[in-house]
Formats: sequence, C-alpha cells, structure tokens
Amino acid sequence: MDILELKKMSYDLRQNVVDMIVEGKGGHIGGDMSVIDTLITLYFKQMNIDPADPENPDRDRFVMSKGHSVEAYYAVLAARGFLNIDEVIANFSRFGSKYIGHPNNKLPGIEMNSGSLGHGLPVCVGMALAGKMNQKNYRVYTVMGDGELAEGSVWEAAMSGGHYKLDNLCAVVDRNRLQISGSTEDVMAQDDLEERFRSFGWHVIQVDGNDIAQLDAAFNKAKETKGKPTLVIANTIKGFGSSVMENKAAWHHKVPTAEEYAQIKADFAARKEALA
Amino acid sequence: MNKIPNRQAICEVLMEKAKEDKDIVVLCSDSRGSASMTPFANAFPEQFVEIGIAEQDLVSISAGMASCGKKPFAASPACFLSTRSYEQIKVDCAYSGTNVKLIGISGGISYGALGMSHHSAQDIAAISAIPNMRVYLPSDRFQTACLTEALLKDTMPAYIRVGRNPVEDIYTDGCPFEMDKATILAEGEDVLIVACGEMVRPSYEAAKLLEEKGIHACVLDMYCIKPLDTESILEKAKNVKAVITVEEHSPFGGLGSMVSQVIGANNPKKVVNLALPDAPVITGTSREVFDYYGLNAEGIAAAVQKAIG
Repeated sequence: MDILELKKMSYDLRQNVVDMIVEGKGGHIGGDMSVIDTLITLYFKQMNIDPADPENPDRDRFVMSKGHSVEAYYAVLAARGFLNIDEVIANFSRFGSKYIGHPNNKLPGIEMNSGSLGHGLPVCVGMALAGKMNQKNYRVYTVMGDGELAEGSVWEAAMSGGHYKLDNLCAVVDRNRLQISGSTEDVMAQDDLEERFRSFGWHVIQVDGNDIAQLDAAFNKAKETKGKPTLVIANTIKGFGSSVMENKAAWHHKVPTAEEYAQIKADFAARKEALA
Repeated sequence: MNKIPNRQAICEVLMEKAKEDKDIVVLCSDSRGSASMTPFANAFPEQFVEIGIAEQDLVSISAGMASCGKKPFAASPACFLSTRSYEQIKVDCAYSGTNVKLIGISGGISYGALGMSHHSAQDIAAISAIPNMRVYLPSDRFQTACLTEALLKDTMPAYIRVGRNPVEDIYTDGCPFEMDKATILAEGEDVLIVACGEMVRPSYEAAKLLEEKGIHACVLDMYCIKPLDTESILEKAKNVKAVITVEEHSPFGGLGSMVSQVIGANNPKKVVNLALPDAPVITGTSREVFDYYGLNAEGIAAAVQKAIG
C-alpha cells in the first residue's frame, strides 16, 4: 500500500478503535489516536512479519510498551491479518474474552505481555542482544509513551542499549505531551528528551508522529544507522483525528457519548475525504 | 568439610552444558564473582552478558532473550532479584511465559551482618504467589547440580535460591533426585520434619539426635516449594503425631504456611513452623543467627519433643 492509502486507512482503523471502546465500555482512546500512525507504518511499511508464519525466527520483533493503547494495536494487527476485527470489536473486554485490555502473547502476532510501563525497552534490549548473538538480521521495535519515561527501568535499558551499541534496536516515543493527570511537562518534564537519549549513546530522530511519510523515512534512517540504537521521537497529538478529543487530557481514558460518537465519526470521514 | 557452595555447583553444570548448547547464556548484575560465575564468563564470553547494577533490566533483558530462543540464567543476590525486580519477574517471566531461570544467590540471611537490606526472608512467599512461577531451594551441592540439569530440560520460568556458604554434604554424586518430588532422608512414624534449603542438613541431624531418644522422625527434603510435593507430605504425615517445618524464611507465606495448608485441608493435626522471626534478624554470621533462633539440630530436636509432648 502506498502512503496515501495508508493515511486513508488510518481513519478507518481509528473508527475500529472507537467502536471497540464503545462496545467494551472503556479504553485508552486518546493514546490510541496518537500512536496508531506509528503502528501502521511499522506493520505496513517496515516490519518483516507474516501472519501466516508468526513464529518465523527471522521475523522482526515488536513490543507494545505502552500497552494501554492496545485498542490501536488490535486494530492494526487485524488490518495486517493477525486478528479478525469484527471478533475483536464484539468481544473486547467482555467476560472471559481473550481480547483483554492490555497486549497478551496468547494472541497471534503479539510477542510479549505488557501493561505495566517501563518493560518494553529492556525486553527489546534482550531481543536485540539475542539477535546479535544468533547472527540474525531481524530488527526490534518498541513504542513507549512519553509519560512512561518517568519509569526508571526505561533508563536502565537506555543505558544497556547504548552500551551494547544495539543498532538492530529502534524505540519510538509517542510524544503526545499529555498523560492522565495533565501535561507531561507539569507532571514530570521531558523536554530535553533528545539530549537525554543522545547522552546515553542513542541516535535520535524527531518527526511528526501523525505523518506516515515522515515516520517511514525515520525508520529507514534508523535502519541505516550503525553502531548505536535509534530513538524516534514521534511528536503527536493525543486524540488525533477528531476535534472532540484532540489535545484533551480528559480523553486519556473515556467512552464517547452518542453525540460525541457521531461527531468523531463525521470528523474521521471528513479528514479521510480531505486526503483524496 | 565441603568447600563448594551450591552457587558454584550451578556454574559447573552450566559450563559443562554450555559447551554443547550455545543458547545457554548467563546474565549478571555486577554479580559474577558473588554468583561464582566468573569461570563461566571467562570460558564463554560470547554466552555471558554483564548488565551492571540494574536488576530490573537484568530480568527484562533475560525475558527478551528467552523469547528469541535463548536459555538465560540470571544470577543476582536473592535480596535484590526477588524484590527490586519483582514486577519484571511477574510480567516478563511468569505472565509472558519466558524460559528464564532466576538464580537468587546469597539467599535468606547468607549476608548475615550486612543487615535486612541484604536478606531475602520473603522470597518464597513473594515469588510463590505469582502464577506460573516455580520456586526451588536445593539443600546441598549434589542436589543443586541435579536440579540445574533438570531445569535445563524445560522451557518455563523458575526461581532458584541458594546460599552463600558451602553446605555440609547430604548426598553423594548422583544423589537420589526426582524433579518436583521431595527426597526422603529418614523414615519414621512419630513425627514428620519438612525442611528446605540450608535447613535440611540440621533437620537431618536433629532426626539422629531424636533417634537416640527413641523418637523416630521422617525427614523430607522439600527442595521443590512450588510445585509443592503434597503427595509425599500427606503420605508421610498419615500416622505421625505432629509435623514440623523448618525454613530460612519469614514465618509468613513460606514452606510452613504451605505445609500447614495441605495438612489442614486433608489431615488436620499439629503443625509447628520453625522460621526466622517477623523482624530484622539479630546481627551475626548465618551460623550465629541460626543458633540464636534455634534453627540448628538441637533447636529442631527440642521443638519436636515439645510438639509431641
């Protein structure tokens, strides 16, 4: 698929996410909207994966460190052929469902369970080290939230990733600048993020994280970077896609009312239309 | 007097097996010396990963490697491994189901006078409470070697606690060992003593002291805390007057609690739990501390006599 088609699809997948959250009566909607373009770029442009052969030892690895954005992850996994979207929407968060509110590796395409923050990057350091030891060419990706960066374990892994010069490792920060209590800068400031990671021995790239073309170019640059891991700071808008949700901390975890749902759906359709 | 601590027995098995199996990796948190893993690191530098003093990273990295087919053994002081990285053990090892073998070295009160920060008197309770985690406290070097070999054959996570100091031999090379089955050290119909880790040797000696007084004790080496060998416990407890448990652990949630649950549910009778106190332990070497709290052959024998009146 070309970039324009993927951009159009991003609004269809956003609609899947909203439907999932309405059906399941809860979900981390704001972060889903900010991160979904990163996931689409990885799963449709970058990663060597095959839903028909999900255990292939040479596959690229991905860990959803900000596991609460599982709805966006489910939508992308379904679009890529790992899951059935109708089944996910109908069963998300229901009693006895396998589609629980954080990633679980009993589902095809999901490598590791997540949910508690600060786990994805160190796990990916382990995957990248194993790749080097086994002389495999696979790449390892993770996506963290910006609020997540307050977890100390992130910085333990930033250290070990830099120390072992893991150029097969690429981490993304979904930099939407909001967390549940408000602005990340008020809660625990992150604004010298680029400098912080660079000082840990990382190559750092900043992009518009809601622009699939820019993300794709950043991941290509990361692949070309040798001798150090890459951090992509994806500058995003929380709630991206609808003015109902955009840049509003209250939409960290919220179910739209019927009125809001109608407006969100109309906004997605209008933005998709505008692309054509 | 044996001079080989259990941690060294683990290293020796891993060195032997690593020659043939390149997927065996050892990870340490600036702990290769205290884990007796320096010979492994020197002999297999390509299969050794230094993480630095970062126990959370140690466990998550091990889990990531395991998910890619490696067989990681993460060796770090039990006090830090079992509490500092508790969430990583829960989520990345147990919940994700990764083949990580966690080696808690210098467990219990091995670090004696270094104080409560360096003691791990809570690890059995904490780690046993996590679904999908197994907990093992081997008694001597021979059993430790057998356990390490057995763990290399499976693909699920486990926590193994060993002490810092050499333990007097209980077994000989090729000791009787069956995975997840307690080893019967002595047979007796008056009392059942169930012990684990470093408390097995004094329990065995207590049984000899009791024998001199005409009291016949059955002694179970319950190295497998989880999954607990309930079958052996119930069989050996059938006709005894009381059950005594002995462990280097807090009085809550350890071997004593688990054995009490099993006995209480199936064959209610007196169970006496011998353990460390619910308090920072007195300062001293582990031998001095054990003696002070009656966790030695004489103390165990006295507790048995009191229990069966």
